Amino acid sequence: MPAADTTDRIEGPVSTEVQTTTYAKAIAAAIRTAMQDDERVFMAGEDIGIYGGAFGVTDGLLEEFGEQRIRDTPISEDAIVGMAVGAAITGTRPIVEMQFSDFVVNAMDPLVNQAAKLHFMYGGNVEVPMVLRLPGGAGTGAAAQHSQSLEAWFAHVPGLKVVAPSTVQDAHDLLFAALLDPNPVVVVEHKLLYKREGELVARATAGDSPATIGDAVVLREGTDLTVASYSLNTHKALEAAEQLAAEGTEVEVVDLRTLRPLDTETVIDSVSRTGKLLVTHEAPAAVGIGAEVVAAVAGSRAFDYLLAPIVRVCGRENPIPYAPGLEKATIPQTEDLVEAMRALAAEDV
Amino acid sequence: MPRLDPSEPKGAIEALTAMWTIRRFEEALEDLYSRGMLHGTNHLSIGQEAVAVGACGALDEGDFITSTHRGHGHSIAHGADPELMFAELLGRDTGYCGGRGGSMHIADVGAGNLGANGIVAGSMTLSVGAALSQHLLGSSAVVLCFFGDGATNEGSFHEALNLAAVWQLPVVFVCENNQYGMSMASDLSTAGDSVAARGTAYGLEGVQLDGNDLPAMFEGVANAVAAAREGHGPALLEAITYRYRGHSKSDRNLYRTQEEIEQWRTERDPIARFEARLLDEGAVDQEAIDTARQAARERIRDAVKAAVKAPEPSVDVLEEAVYASR
Repeated sequence: MPAADTTDRIEGPVSTEVQTTTYAKAIAAAIRTAMQDDERVFMAGEDIGIYGGAFGVTDGLLEEFGEQRIRDTPISEDAIVGMAVGAAITGTRPIVEMQFSDFVVNAMDPLVNQAAKLHFMYGGNVEVPMVLRLPGGAGTGAAAQHSQSLEAWFAHVPGLKVVAPSTVQDAHDLLFAALLDPNPVVVVEHKLLYKREGELVARATAGDSPATIGDAVVLREGTDLTVASYSLNTHKALEAAEQLAAEGTEVEVVDLRTLRPLDTETVIDSVSRTGKLLVTHEAPAAVGIGAEVVAAVAGSRAFDYLLAPIVRVCGRENPIPYAPGLEKATIPQTEDLVEAMRALAAEDV
Repeated sequence: MPRLDPSEPKGAIEALTAMWTIRRFEEALEDLYSRGMLHGTNHLSIGQEAVAVGACGALDEGDFITSTHRGHGHSIAHGADPELMFAELLGRDTGYCGGRGGSMHIADVGAGNLGANGIVAGSMTLSVGAALSQHLLGSSAVVLCFFGDGATNEGSFHEALNLAAVWQLPVVFVCENNQYGMSMASDLSTAGDSVAARGTAYGLEGVQLDGNDLPAMFEGVANAVAAAREGHGPALLEAITYRYRGHSKSDRNLYRTQEEIEQWRTERDPIARFEARLLDEGAVDQEAIDTARQAARERIRDAVKAAVKAPEPSVDVLEEAVYASR
């Protein structure tokens, strides 16, 4: 049932023309449209109501949709996610905002043992259409328990889907795709992306979103080497590629967008053309998403085209520290990528 | 309206038949296991039948249950077909979960059974969400959440009770206190006076029930269900009961005495007590009781016969089974 006309109360993007807005507002616009279109959609999370969410994503939604559908919860991550699973299997479509992605560790049972398993384990007689938004990542001086990039944990679990949009448009479109999916979808959102501006064509309905879960995209074409990344690091890769271009090296940047299911074909195709691969993410390299990308390439037809060893530029193998210099040193910076790309480009072929 | 009324002869016989069906079902599992026909593990609720039948009998059509690793009784009491349950436990394609779930994961969501759960307290927060969705969808359905005494020391127990209480959702939490976790006695693991007493912390009147007294179980749950349906929020009930069998197949019963088990069996067996009561009150005669017992035996025998003939699932199903598609 469509909600009443609330156009005059909507802040942020409503136009379906191209406009410039932030990643956070693009997410909010998608939530707003989905809630107007489908009364089964509701939100739950800590301080998402009057406070507007720790990062302001849900600002104004309480006024617009009321406390029945924008539900402030106690600080009970286990119950929030478990509740969402129970709601999803009985006819509603919860969107849960985890205040910081780190806190989802308190909800691993409902996410991994329940949400990911029920459809399979109950013989397909139930669906778990829920969306779990996880603000993660470092760079805010919040230290070890508020800065992690845990996406590989979730991508490791059959039954979950994981998306990690980097652009404003994809943040908007993939949220719709997540909502339309009959499975639990984890949306990895880097905190430093929320205020980042970009172009957005706001969709009039969820069904207008062209994004599909499981499709990577080539954001920049190049012939000399391929960089695969996602979320914030995609932007760092694009910035680094820009610098390399000034030096005459053309870098192709693949934005993975979805981490499970992983679109390895787009990377394999790119590497088959460039012959060189660099993978970058903020999470530690060990047992990370990058390792999966590298394994896929090494085990594919692209192996025969490789002209140099594959390079990973990832987070250091330590918890995120507090001191600015230590935090910066822990996560890959654009200059680190420039250096690594330059070295890879110079590998003698 | 509760779908069962054990104070009437018809309802009493239905309840008795259901309890016998559960007991015969689980005895048949023991038999299949001893003959090497059943693999994996299972957890038997023999001795606890009145909790499942009394509680589920107090529900109306359209209400939901969530269940536990010791959940065969809950499923049968909520209307599951024993043949499809046997098929599931035997790992057959025709089982409730196509052989993918087994003993700990029987579910029939369309029929309101949101599923047995292998994680202790795992279904407690799910029950809160199911109640919330019913509230949001304008339904008057109630969710009955079964859990064991062991679950009450999980964080999920406390988070679920708190959330259901602050949101005043229609969840009836039914603790099956069968005295032990796997081996640890409830009074050694659980601080405070009782599970029911923990309700006070969440503004709920915790109520202890004799879980081996079918009419008492029924009445206690029916009251809580009616209150929840009328919008008075959740309830916490503690059913005192006992499991005769070990926790699972590996249990050597080292943590309790044979005398203790025998005492519960001979003095407090829920089926024997209910039969004696019905005869004593003259509600039904011995012939009706014998007929109920026989009906359960035959139903289980037929169900096993049919289930063992069912085909095993094809490995081909696995690839498409992980994700729902639309």
